[in-house]
Amino acid sequence: MNAPSASLYRNRRIKNAVAIGLACAAALFGLAFLGWILWTLLAKGLAHLNLALFTQDQPPPMEAGGLRNAIVGSLLMCGMGVAIGTPLGIAAGTWLAEVGGHRKLGTAVRFVNDILLSAPSIVLGLFVYAAFVMNTGGNFSAFAGALALAFIVLPVVVRTTDEMLRLVPVQMREAALSLGVPQWKVTLQVLYRSALPGIVTGVLLALARISGETAPLLFTAFGNEFFSLDIGGAMSAVPLTMYKFAGSGFENWEQLAWAGALLVTLFVLATSLLARFILLRKRAAHD
Amino acid sequence: MTDLRTIPMNYAQAAMQAPHDAALPQSPPVKLSARGLNFWYDKSLAVRNINLDIPEKRVTALIGPSGCGKSTLLRVFNRIYALYPKLRAEGEVLLDGENILDPKYPMNRLRSRVGMVFQKPVPFPMTIHENVAYGIRHHERLGKAELDVRVEQALRQAALWDEVKDKLKESGLGLSGGQQQRLCIARAVALKPDVLLLDEPTSALDPISTGRIEQLVEELKQEFTIMIVTHNMQQAARVSDYTAFMYLGDMVEHGATSQIFSNPAKQQTEDYITGRFG
Repeated sequence: MNAPSASLYRNRRIKNAVAIGLACAAALFGLAFLGWILWTLLAKGLAHLNLALFTQDQPPPMEAGGLRNAIVGSLLMCGMGVAIGTPLGIAAGTWLAEVGGHRKLGTAVRFVNDILLSAPSIVLGLFVYAAFVMNTGGNFSAFAGALALAFIVLPVVVRTTDEMLRLVPVQMREAALSLGVPQWKVTLQVLYRSALPGIVTGVLLALARISGETAPLLFTAFGNEFFSLDIGGAMSAVPLTMYKFAGSGFENWEQLAWAGALLVTLFVLATSLLARFILLRKRAAHD
Repeated sequence: MTDLRTIPMNYAQAAMQAPHDAALPQSPPVKLSARGLNFWYDKSLAVRNINLDIPEKRVTALIGPSGCGKSTLLRVFNRIYALYPKLRAEGEVLLDGENILDPKYPMNRLRSRVGMVFQKPVPFPMTIHENVAYGIRHHERLGKAELDVRVEQALRQAALWDEVKDKLKESGLGLSGGQQQRLCIARAVALKPDVLLLDEPTSALDPISTGRIEQLVEELKQEFTIMIVTHNMQQAARVSDYTAFMYLGDMVEHGATSQIFSNPAKQQTEDYITGRFG
């Protein structure tokens, strides 16, 4: 090797080292904040993560209690939100990928869906307030809350269903159709099977997202100090209670808020890990 | 270095050595034929005025440079093109004398009589058994025992049975590329079609898997009329009885494989098979 190219290679190695160093620093910077947040949550919340949190309802100031009413409310509303948003989202996503995606209408639907995907969640809450709560006599209800959450789930599921179905190789579609099987059967029996892990992942990520949403519930589910299973009435949710308790100045309320924050974070973490696990298994099956 | 003049001789020899050549009856009955067939991608004419007879229980190879319309032509024979908007075929394609391009010809019936295997092996995301049974279940109501017999039969025809008989309940995605392609062939022959369309079935496979598929084609023509699109001219010479050469959407020449490769009638055909273009 002659001298000029040796110095060229040395320069490249230096540039490479600098670039890798900067990338690592940026990654560490981001991770440090994440670590800090998690550490604070654990430090302040872990001590209050006890059985009473799940068995007792939210207390008046300065008294012992838990978050049972909020936890149950969150599970109910998130469950209903996913139950409403998922079938609609899968149906719309299937239409986009299999039927209308390349038509003008399909392009428009995809565009509108992307707007919905990035719409601030409080706007969705206000929409449900104006369109549903106001039209049912100003009655705050868990159902209205679930509806607002469903509007967050919907575009996520539409997008993932659309994308996962379009990732199925064209030849798999053609191979199934070339056996004389009609398109609706091919979609249900072959394409969904192939896209299922991806769609489930999308639903889980949507669930993770709505479990921490506060804004869409403010004008819809409103919150409730008492335990309630009535979906026609106001209902509490963990983020709503956190919102009320966190800055209240009462020590026991603030402790409960930290415990709630930790609970929501752990739930999101577990859901995301499950989603990751499902996707990894899919990839392993394909390799 | 290479003397171009020696290349056509090699093809000719390969064609001559093909075992089927010696016993070819003069004129086997015609199974499938195209009459004045034009194919349009929206406003561009991709395949022009094709007249082609496909003899029964023989292998017909479609060759030609990329974009010449050979795959397009193949995809007319089971109307798989109809999946996409703005694609249109004009003219007639007769299967046992009936025009399959007639909108009244039931798609269900056409697809059960004309099977297709694609370039990329695409097993469905289900077990090996279910992959083969999937098409049968749609067309026929069979008991479990009968279905199992049919699945075994198809896997044997595709020369895959011995390799998978102990793992029929495992996913088809776990097989090797060559095995996956034979699974796709089993899936197609399971419907007992009359015609098999093979669209570059070995271009994604290694030489050994390719050899097995070619051997399989040899066996399958006892029962099926086969059309194969291939870029590999030695493959066309090895496996086919008849060869059709296409160029820029036209059928340039069609005839017995031994004749096309040893003594083509058109200069264009000779230029292509000697590697002067394409």
